[in-house]
Amino acid sequence: MAEHALTQPGEASSETSGLRSIASDFASDRQAFRHVSWGKAMMWVFLLSDTFVFSCFLIAYMTARMSTTVPWPNSSEVFALTIGGTSFPLLLIAIMTFVLISSSGTMAMAVNFGYRRDRRKTAALMLMTALLGATFVGMQAFEWTKLIHEGVRPWANPWGAAQFGSSFFMITGFHGTHVSFGVLFLLIIARKVWRGDFDRERRGFFTSRRGSYESVEIMGLYWHFVDLVWVFIFAFFYLW
Amino acid sequence: MVDVPLGSTGAVASHPIDDVELYHPHSWITKYVFSQDAKVIAIQYSLVAFSVGLIALVLSWLMRLQLGFPGVFSFIDANAYYQFITMHGMMMVVYVLTALFLGGFGNYLIPLMVGARDMVFPYVNMLSFWVYLLAVLVLVSSFFAPGGPSGAGWTLYPPQAILSGTPGGQDWGIVLMLVSLMIFIIGFTMGGLNYVVTVLQARARGMTLMRMPLTVWGIFTASFMALLAFPALFVGSVMLLFDRVFGTSFFVPSIVEMGQPLERSGGSPLLFQHLFWFFGHPEVYIVALPAFGIVSDLISTHARRNIFGYRMMVWALLAIGALSFVVWAHHMYVSGMNPYFGFFFATTTLIIAVPTAIKVYNWILTLWRGDIHLTVPMLFALAFIVTFVNGGLTGLFLGNVVVDVPLSDTMFVVAHFHMVMGVAPILVIFGAIYHWYPKITGRMMNDILGKLHFWVTFLGAYAIFFPMHYLGLMGIPRRYHDIGDMAFVPASAHTLNAFITVAALIVGAVQLTFVFNLFWSLRYGKPAGGNPWRATTLEWQTPETPPPHGNWGKELPVVYRWAYDYSVPGADQDFLPQNQPGFTSTAPGGLHG
Repeated sequence: MAEHALTQPGEASSETSGLRSIASDFASDRQAFRHVSWGKAMMWVFLLSDTFVFSCFLIAYMTARMSTTVPWPNSSEVFALTIGGTSFPLLLIAIMTFVLISSSGTMAMAVNFGYRRDRRKTAALMLMTALLGATFVGMQAFEWTKLIHEGVRPWANPWGAAQFGSSFFMITGFHGTHVSFGVLFLLIIARKVWRGDFDRERRGFFTSRRGSYESVEIMGLYWHFVDLVWVFIFAFFYLW
Repeated sequence: MVDVPLGSTGAVASHPIDDVELYHPHSWITKYVFSQDAKVIAIQYSLVAFSVGLIALVLSWLMRLQLGFPGVFSFIDANAYYQFITMHGMMMVVYVLTALFLGGFGNYLIPLMVGARDMVFPYVNMLSFWVYLLAVLVLVSSFFAPGGPSGAGWTLYPPQAILSGTPGGQDWGIVLMLVSLMIFIIGFTMGGLNYVVTVLQARARGMTLMRMPLTVWGIFTASFMALLAFPALFVGSVMLLFDRVFGTSFFVPSIVEMGQPLERSGGSPLLFQHLFWFFGHPEVYIVALPAFGIVSDLISTHARRNIFGYRMMVWALLAIGALSFVVWAHHMYVSGMNPYFGFFFATTTLIIAVPTAIKVYNWILTLWRGDIHLTVPMLFALAFIVTFVNGGLTGLFLGNVVVDVPLSDTMFVVAHFHMVMGVAPILVIFGAIYHWYPKITGRMMNDILGKLHFWVTFLGAYAIFFPMHYLGLMGIPRRYHDIGDMAFVPASAHTLNAFITVAALIVGAVQLTFVFNLFWSLRYGKPAGGNPWRATTLEWQTPETPPPHGNWGKELPVVYRWAYDYSVPGADQDFLPQNQPGFTSTAPGGLHG
């Protein structure tokens, strides 16, 4: 009985644009963001919250760096690799950054093939993303080992302010944890793609919701976010 | 005519969305224990929060016994006193108020009030509760840990929070406290994402944002704020935990501990205070905004009057929410930060008075010429307004740097924040429970017990906290185990302290009538019917009471009007439910239809 009273769907939307269309989306019933699924909306809100976590970490690190009384170690010397007698500043970090950003590329391709319902390519690209992510974490473990061998500890280091080691392990550790969880979930979702769960809309084990290729995109949102955060960590921790 | 809700006013109807598929529980365990139904989760959250609240209440008794009758109770030594303070504060602010308003009322009311079948991610919602329970257990376990709980004060300021000399500083106390907070934040994030996305993306047909009841607006804004504020506490907790466990020096400057200089330097204690209060001040409004929303609905319903200035109320909520992120350092005027900060933060703090005053005026104008029914929920709602104004006025004192400096760390501060974020929100919680209990259980709560509970609580709270203002102005410091015989403390101050203690014992004891009422009415309460308060909002229009899993039976409700069509001239009844088509609404023009 009520349906006639509500407008014909899509009536006004074609004519509006820009701010006006944002306003009309917010004024609509049911959804404030049109055509945005619950899962995607949740991931966006979560990432906003997580942005605040990383911002707090980075701002806290900057405050610590500025308020400490002893000099801060020179990052381009600390993070240098010596190969064949030559010291390359930031070499490892450059490779790590390259690997992680490449993994964003493979992730984006996976999302694309997911929406084309190309099961095999999607799963393969997600696996490749996971592999690149795992490589990143592996190189991070290598970097940690190297620094620990050189005497860097959370409470002290040979070159200057103790907060250097504390911030380094805390921030890269927290980011590395994000990447590791990302790899884990990439593998889980890649398995589901491979098995054809999303083609057959197989229900989730815990949630009993129907599977959908959208999961690949939501996974991608998280992955790109982790990647973007790394860019900031790279800029503020390694380049400063 | 007027079910024109959308088209003619320029709003866009959403594209068709299929009804959701619900998870259907198969056993008693999945129905009542590991339940994915928001209503069951809400009750679980509330019961746990109430239990924590009772513990915290007993802790406040113990503190008051020491303050009122120093030296009489030998088991309350200085260490125990600080532990009680710390646990009372942290429990009440985070594990009771936040959990009750968002986890309890949020879970119960959001899906029902916006016309959804459940939260958008019931499984994550269930996890949220169990993670919360884990956080509570970790926190409570610190009572039994070696060295007892942390005694750092609920603000956990380093470096003293993690050094010896502070109870729990070098024992388990502070570690368990920080771990518990981190677990709580993870659990809350799971819930908070649900609350926010449900409001944004899962409303009923016709339910535009500007038709939502203010309760939903309040809980929604608060949840969103919490998702942005808790990260600061999370980061602060991680860093403090590192300082305590790994020996880092984020917050530890060059310092002497028990006569021994420590091998640490270069940390900034101020940094923790900034992180803490960047969470801490929004937290005040995370508790207050749901209370604002609920009180608006209680007043409107029980005064049979549409809410005055609905749009202003919504914008004021959002403005308060946004402003509360730029006022945090008014908690730090005496911390030694740059004095120019004080100027900035005093200004932003006082600006918050504007949207807050809008809300208070609108509540009063809603009551103006209303048909006021002094039911128990209404009594609590009115008491909230008075109490909130009281607490708000002393906030004006403390928000100004020059007035704050002499009042810092006196009982005046204790009186202020207990009025504004202790008593006021608790009054709303009680009012809200008396109001929604009939929907949750199908029975009314006992009226006489309710009125007894109200009057003793309301008058008793003033007997406790009004005199504290005088103590504070006299210069009596807070967080002192025993003030002793100081020249500036007159004998009357001790008498006053004893009086406050007696009042606190009585007010605490009378809460038992509330607990008794909760359980007694479950069985013997008057059957309530579906809509005992003749309210307009959707939760009162469910086909069954209490609403079953899925809330709405076969058909989801369709919304035709705003939530405040009371005393509509010419209508058959004095209210029009939101899902009733056809009759001209009193809503102001525009989107309300």
